[in-house]
Amino acid sequence: MVFLGGQVLPGNVGRAILGPFADQRAVDALNHSLGVDRPLLVQYGSWIWNFLHGDMGTSYVFRAPVAPFVVDALGNSMKLALVAFVLVVPIGILGGVIAALNFNRPLDRIISLGGLSVTVLPEFVTGIILILIFGVWLRWLPIAAAWPKGAGFFTQLYYLILPSLPLFLVLFGYIARMARSGMIEALDSDYTRTAVLKGLPWRTVIWRHVLRNALLPTITVIATQTGYLIGGLVVIETLFRYQGIGSLIFTAARGKDFPMLEAGILTIGIVYAVATLVADFLYSVLNPRIRLGAEQ
Amino acid sequence: MSATDTPASLPAPAAPDSARRSPWGEVLHSLSRSGTFLTGLFILLFWVVCALFGQNFVPYDPLASDIINALTPPAADHWFGTDQLGRDVFSRVIVGSRDILTVAPLATILATIAGTALGLVIGYFRGIVDDIVSRVLEAFMAIPVVIIALLAIVALGTSKITVIVVIGLSFAPIIARTVRSAVLAERELDYVAAAKLRHEGALHTMFVEILPNVIPPILVETTVRLGYAIFAVATLSFMGFGIQPPSPDWGLSISSNYGMIGGGFWWTVLFDALAIASLVIGVNLVADGVHGAFND
Repeated sequence: MVFLGGQVLPGNVGRAILGPFADQRAVDALNHSLGVDRPLLVQYGSWIWNFLHGDMGTSYVFRAPVAPFVVDALGNSMKLALVAFVLVVPIGILGGVIAALNFNRPLDRIISLGGLSVTVLPEFVTGIILILIFGVWLRWLPIAAAWPKGAGFFTQLYYLILPSLPLFLVLFGYIARMARSGMIEALDSDYTRTAVLKGLPWRTVIWRHVLRNALLPTITVIATQTGYLIGGLVVIETLFRYQGIGSLIFTAARGKDFPMLEAGILTIGIVYAVATLVADFLYSVLNPRIRLGAEQ
Repeated sequence: MSATDTPASLPAPAAPDSARRSPWGEVLHSLSRSGTFLTGLFILLFWVVCALFGQNFVPYDPLASDIINALTPPAADHWFGTDQLGRDVFSRVIVGSRDILTVAPLATILATIAGTALGLVIGYFRGIVDDIVSRVLEAFMAIPVVIIALLAIVALGTSKITVIVVIGLSFAPIIARTVRSAVLAERELDYVAAAKLRHEGALHTMFVEILPNVIPPILVETTVRLGYAIFAVATLSFMGFGIQPPSPDWGLSISSNYGMIGGGFWWTVLFDALAIASLVIGVNLVADGVHGAFND
């Protein structure tokens, strides 16, 4: 089954780029209305062709090539996403593991319920509340992610903490929940019982037997969250006035700057595809069963 | 599954503990004892009452501006303070539940109807129909709702109908997937074979025979989707692509007031944010309760 999953996923990725964006192209073409007398497919083809050659078109609003804007924005977004990921992956997994080890005890309830509650809240709601607490009342962190020009690594990091927190909260719930259920399943399994009965110390059992098996599904979840993360970025970057790919798409959509919009969306599609592929690859490297399956 | 003989629309009244209950009575009974469900229901009902009757009991007209008293902090005559146009924040928060509680449920209903029909068809016919439609649905699900909505709304213009349709259609694939897997299990059962032997048409078998038996997973999925629909509507309104001014909608209020947050006018956004948070968590508690009741 797992092997099948690995086979199906890359196929979907291709479709994820082509199918929806062909649609979107049709939608946009409608808006362009005039100047689109070529067949849609030809137009789409030449647009893809140009895109692959680094020509993303010319922005209607800025009267300048789109590419530099997109590249800059993507870089900024990646910084933000990276901060969120670096924070959430270890903490989320840790939270899930702790919850599972305290299964059905108060600590488990707190982590599970807390994680679930923050996960279901829209990012801008948690964002606003966090801004109020840390930016307005405590004045610990800046409320807009706009650092002075030429700021160093740590200054940038300082400005990125607050914007990354809402993303952190949403992802924390998902990751912790997956890690928790994976752990509970592994703790309940025969091999764990064997290891315990064999007389191995509890610590060794957890590290060598339980964790390894428990964290595999978590990795897949983390990868599938890339898609979510992109949607989240649109909101967060708007809220914090951060010049990322999300706010680029948002501004382009508002200003009906179609070349910019298309380039932004296609970039996101590529990022998403790459992330899914990497996750797939990582998963098969970590899971010996898949490696065997692929060779057979 | 013995639910075939119980009309789905008519849940049996909750019987005393000793009496034998119909499957639906069982579910109602376990719901009435679930703290999660009742808490969520209480929160949800509170906002429904506000949406229906709020207009009649709020102290001020939520749309009446009073520039002289703009941006006054919370006090006895304005419990939650006033916004930049001097409108009473308390009244706006109460009445602000109206639009989101119209748009989100309608979107969910649309998603449920479309998703159920689609899921029944692909689950029942399987084969090539299933393969093609499922791949398309997966591709569709890979794009974040915010992005789909953004594109559709740019193309179609902003109106409540557009928001309902966009959210409804982007959630439909998820419901279709749930229904499909339920149908796949059902179609192998004897009663379906019996229907086929009676030469019942495909439509009859799908909608009259199978549908009543897959209601539980549909109900669970629908309540979960309602939570996400509220999330999506709030987010879109915040982005300016959802509910439009002068509605006192929460997301919209936050988006028009958060720019001044640095000036310390916290009351203009905090209560709206908390309102969204409470509604989303309430609906998710209900969904959690419903899920538990059907799976115990």
